[in-house]
Amino acid sequence: MAKTVEEIAEAMLNMVTDAQGIKKLKPTDLIKAMRELYGDEADKKLCKGAIKELVNSGKCVYTYFGGSFIELPHRESAAND
Amino acid sequence: MADQIPNTPKLDELEKGPWPSFVKEIKMAAKNSPMARDLLGVLELSYNEKIGHWKHGGIVGVMGYGGGVIGRYSDMPEEFPGISHFHTIRINQPSGWFYTADALRTLCDIWDKHGSGLTNMHGSTGDIVFLGCRTDALEPVFEDLTKAGFDLGGSGSDVRTPSCCCGPARCEWACYDTLALTYDLTMHYQDELHRPAFPYKFKFKMSGCPNDCVASIARADMSIIGTWRDDIQMNQDEVKKYADNGLNIQRDVAGNCPGKCMDWDGNELKIENEYCVRCMHCINVMPKALRPGKDRGACVLLGSKAPIVEGALLSSVLIPFWKPEPPYEDLKDLVETMHDLWCEEGKARERIGEFIQRVGMGNFLEEIGLEPLPEMVAHPRENPYVFYEEYYEEDDGDEGEE
Ligand code: HEM
Ligand code: HEM
Ligand code: SF4
Ligand code: SF4
Repeated sequence: MAKTVEEIAEAMLNMVTDAQGIKKLKPTDLIKAMRELYGDEADKKLCKGAIKELVNSGKCVYTYFGGSFIELPHRESAAND
Repeated sequence: MADQIPNTPKLDELEKGPWPSFVKEIKMAAKNSPMARDLLGVLELSYNEKIGHWKHGGIVGVMGYGGGVIGRYSDMPEEFPGISHFHTIRINQPSGWFYTADALRTLCDIWDKHGSGLTNMHGSTGDIVFLGCRTDALEPVFEDLTKAGFDLGGSGSDVRTPSCCCGPARCEWACYDTLALTYDLTMHYQDELHRPAFPYKFKFKMSGCPNDCVASIARADMSIIGTWRDDIQMNQDEVKKYADNGLNIQRDVAGNCPGKCMDWDGNELKIENEYCVRCMHCINVMPKALRPGKDRGACVLLGSKAPIVEGALLSSVLIPFWKPEPPYEDLKDLVETMHDLWCEEGKARERIGEFIQRVGMGNFLEEIGLEPLPEMVAHPRENPYVFYEEYYEEDDGDEGEE
């Protein structure tokens, strides 16, 4: 049974939450992890849709530090506010 | 916030001389913009201290997008409050950098309203660049840009804003429609442009002919450069006129031909077209007498990058001759295969050219399903170690995945 975008998004959000402050996850890391977890039930298109969902809903944000990452929204340590 | 334009004796030196000066421009903006005033202040300080005062800002952007904004904060927000946030916004430029005066005014008005008023037309990536934005102004800028029909460009590990030379719009050498292809790729790769999902950046740059005015061979992961495959068009009468007017054709045209395929007997110019490498040299020197052939298309190359960390790479040939015809499905299919492979196997911050170097061109071609061709080798005619037949046999035998 193929997973839904929502299920994948939730699994990704858990990963990102657990990794926050410890390891920065790239979109490819998330996709690879989902493929390992769910195999063919989570194809690449579905995974991309899940990331889109996470970012559009504001649950996650793109960050940049040499490369691009998916993280929980947080206060940037470099920010002046 | 700085009310007056600061004293900047060091920067003033950069206004001297007959050439344009960025200091002059920032001072002009500083009349109306406190951000520009503080920028002058911090720059002068940096010249005095020999220390930069910019911090990296990793989390700024507009809702939903992962690209287009490059975060910058000052490390001296108290002294220079105007530039305490100073983010860069990349805006997708129109193909070939053509604008109406109206469009330019619209852009400038948006930027005067929300930002520092300083622009960079254009960044070396091709984009229109708005320099100096506060975090809370990002969404309003984006909204105004969207209303005016502009979108953000790429930044981060995504497809960067595709860019091209002016091509057939202004240039007689164009061998295909660079503007049409650039527009099409920009629209097709919207998701990849705005949602970074690659190991690192990926750039498309389109040049209409081998003169390569956007320097795509050095700067684009995928360089699409116009070329032709029939004979150079020639007008002997015009050749003669160049000679009569004092051009030394034997020395300056034939003598510099890298294909060594031209001969001038004082009367008639001969080109052995099968040895021509389509470098444009002779055509550039005698534009009235010579022009590219009629069977035109493009060469697709892959793998260059301008370095920050490791050495520079130039693109190498992937498809020696391709007919760019909308909707360009053949190219898009190939690109998707390559992106999949690179996303799967590439390391973090590894450009596709570096990836190919690591896994080997032979393995890479095999994975994406392209046949190796002599054009992929830098000097096939001069390289005694390339044996195509044996190459095939060897590979068929022990092609294990690493
Ligand atoms: C310390 C000096 C320099 C620094 C820190 C620097 C940094 C950068 C950065 C961050 C980029 C953007 C890369 C991206 O798109 O992600 C860039 C692009 C570029 N820089 Fe520099 N740069 C420096 C000097 C130069 C010089 C001296 C040249 C030319 C002679 C140059 C030519 C370029 C070009 C052509 C690009 C655009 C590359 C492309 O579009 O692919 N840079 N540089
Ligand atoms: C055959 C290819 C090229 C052609 C036909 C070409 C043509 C031109 C022309 C006509 C101008 C003058 C524009 C004007 O002032 O109205 C210009 C300026 C310029 N070009 Fe190119 N260009 C080519 C390649 C390049 C490349 C590869 C680079 C950079 C690597 C480059 C960098 C520049 C720069 C920086 C200027 C501005 C110079 C200035 O401010 O005076 N060009 N180019
Ligand atoms: S690359 Fe060729 S076609 Fe494009 S502007 Fe330069 S000379 Fe003209
Ligand atoms: S285009 Fe270059 S290689 Fe071809 S004939 Fe002219 S100079 Fe020679």
